[in-house]
Amino acid sequence: MEIFQIMLFIFLIVCAISVSFSKNLLNSIIIFMSYSLIMSIIWILLESPDLAITEAAVGAGITSILFFVTLKKIHAMVELDKEKDCSEREGGAK
Amino acid sequence: MSRLLSEEEYRKTKAFKVKRWYRGEKDPYIGQVELKPQKQFQEDINAQKQRIHDEAILRRNIYDIEHNKKLQLFSKFYKVISVVFVAALIGILLYVVSYLPPVGNAANPDNNEVAEKYIEDAMKDTGAVNIVTGMILDYRAFDTLGESNVLFIATCTVLILLRVDSKSKKKEEEESDRLYEPKNDIILQKVAFFLVPMIIIFGIYVILNGHLSPGGGFSGGAIIGSGLILYVNAFGFKKIERFFTQKTYKWICFAALSFYCLAKTYSFYCGAHHLETGIPLGTPGDILSSGLILPLNICVGMVVACTMYAFYAMFRKGGF
Repeated sequence: MEIFQIMLFIFLIVCAISVSFSKNLLNSIIIFMSYSLIMSIIWILLESPDLAITEAAVGAGITSILFFVTLKKIHAMVELDKEKDCSEREGGAK
Repeated sequence: MSRLLSEEEYRKTKAFKVKRWYRGEKDPYIGQVELKPQKQFQEDINAQKQRIHDEAILRRNIYDIEHNKKLQLFSKFYKVISVVFVAALIGILLYVVSYLPPVGNAANPDNNEVAEKYIEDAMKDTGAVNIVTGMILDYRAFDTLGESNVLFIATCTVLILLRVDSKSKKKEEEESDRLYEPKNDIILQKVAFFLVPMIIIFGIYVILNGHLSPGGGFSGGAIIGSGLILYVNAFGFKKIERFFTQKTYKWICFAALSFYCLAKTYSFYCGAHHLETGIPLGTPGDILSSGLILPLNICVGMVVACTMYAFYAMFRKGGF
């Protein structure tokens, strides 16, 4: 069990560092999501299941959804959309 | 004895004006005081030239780092000072930390009788098997009221920031935001058809068993909210507006918060003396036990679920 816990902690630290160093905002949100999931497992191991449920629901679920929507609002997820848009327009023109 | 005024005379009386204003037919301020449109800003050419000239001088004198010796000196000085300041701050903080009592010492101030009292007496006092919920919703229920109010106020603030007012703009924005989405994605719809009821039922379970098992109002509400968000993503806003609109949100939040407020502020009215509520605590472990905790859990859960969905809806289309 100890080894498992240490592995989780190491993974947690790796996640926390790589969130801030990742260039792509979308990637960093997904890493942040996995950070929350690991954190909720650690809460269970620390014998506080209340916090674990809240962390899983709020940290991994709703916060990341709101982050995605915000990225869409500020047009940070625009590259894929543009390609799709172009292909759609060409298809429409033909 | 009453006398009848003619139509013309009646229109001149104050009562008529007040009545019109009250019904909202005419605002006496429109066109007179506040809502005059602003005059368009016009600048004559000389003033414009002067402004451009001033800006150029300003840029040359202040922002041109290469030729301004004072500025060069200042920027170097600034870097050095910032490093020194941060180092000093770190040193002060570490110095303070060295004065903290050691971890695990029996004489630490956080190792007092409060935690012991909660662990020993919580079940007897509150009737909740889950001590955490007993603490949150019985001993510290007033804190939780503040938390749910904070959520409500946060929604109001987001509403002020993100609300789209004019109808044409709303339509445009909605289309631009939903343009790239797969409409009627059949895989998403089939999955949501099975998952949404399960997620919502699990959320209801977590809320209702808040005083028996881990969980409670906040986490259960968040689960229900995420279920609603999945539903919106799969089936669109039109379908969810059949049962959840802005009016529903307002009424649910109003009812839940005011019930919570009335149920838990009685200690203010009676000078912070603890009164018996008169609700029997029941046998610990039953679902209908522990007094007011179950209804308060439901209140918090409803507020949180609505707030989570409201955040999403306002981010997506600026309204409900």
